[in-house]
Amino acid sequence: MADPNFGSKRLVVGAHYGLRDWLSQRVTAALMAVFTIVLVAQVLFGGKLGYDRWAQIFSAQWMKVLTFVVIVSLAWHAWVGIRDVWMDYVKPVGVRLALQVWTIAWLVGCCGWAVQVLWRL
Amino acid sequence: MADQAQPRPVYRNIHVSQIVKYRLPPAGIVSIGHRISGVLMFALLPFIVWLFDVSLTSEVSYGRFTSAFVAGLWIFPAWIVKLVTLGLIWAYLHHFIAGLRHLWMDATHAVTKEFGKVSALVTLGASLLLTAVLGFKLFF
Repeated sequence: MADPNFGSKRLVVGAHYGLRDWLSQRVTAALMAVFTIVLVAQVLFGGKLGYDRWAQIFSAQWMKVLTFVVIVSLAWHAWVGIRDVWMDYVKPVGVRLALQVWTIAWLVGCCGWAVQVLWRL
Repeated sequence: MADQAQPRPVYRNIHVSQIVKYRLPPAGIVSIGHRISGVLMFALLPFIVWLFDVSLTSEVSYGRFTSAFVAGLWIFPAWIVKLVTLGLIWAYLHHFIAGLRHLWMDATHAVTKEFGKVSALVTLGASLLLTAVLGFKLFF
């Protein structure tokens, strides 16, 4: 252990915390963009849209997998974005922590509901 | 530029009343619009999942989905449901196009002043135009 990186010797820069958030927001954004294009293409090209065709689009297994990936991506993406908003505008630590906890609960709750809808189709 | 002698105001602790007087360049409008649209979609996420739920679950629930835009939903009349949906449509389009602009700039390092301005104007124009088209379909 010639170069310990913990305790008072811990290197506080260069851990790529910011890069990880930045990159995950870009990757999840790209996934959601692909999903959007795939969904819009299916809606536009395929005849009259009603319940049957709408449900058919999402009942294809590959579409379910893609939608699931997008639901998780959305929650992750929104977490990074909303956390940035709280960090920019809310300074008291206690209030900020409460808002961040609420944000996670809000996102996880919505995610679970969306997955439930997808799974029972 | 014309009058250098005139002292410029200096704000150290920005107040809301000062923010509204800011004159933002197009890229600045896209930027704050990106944030506002993101927060809007986050706040209305349960409504979005509800739309996903009722439109997909069954033919009966699909009827509830369509009737929300005709007869209203819970205590809200149909025009409010449509207006909120229009807000979400704008939010999605703005966030989507502004996001593509971001990805493009990240990937190509397109950071000239001119590109920033032109792409911002394209973003605003395209998102508002598409919102108008889809809004027309939604309301008429």
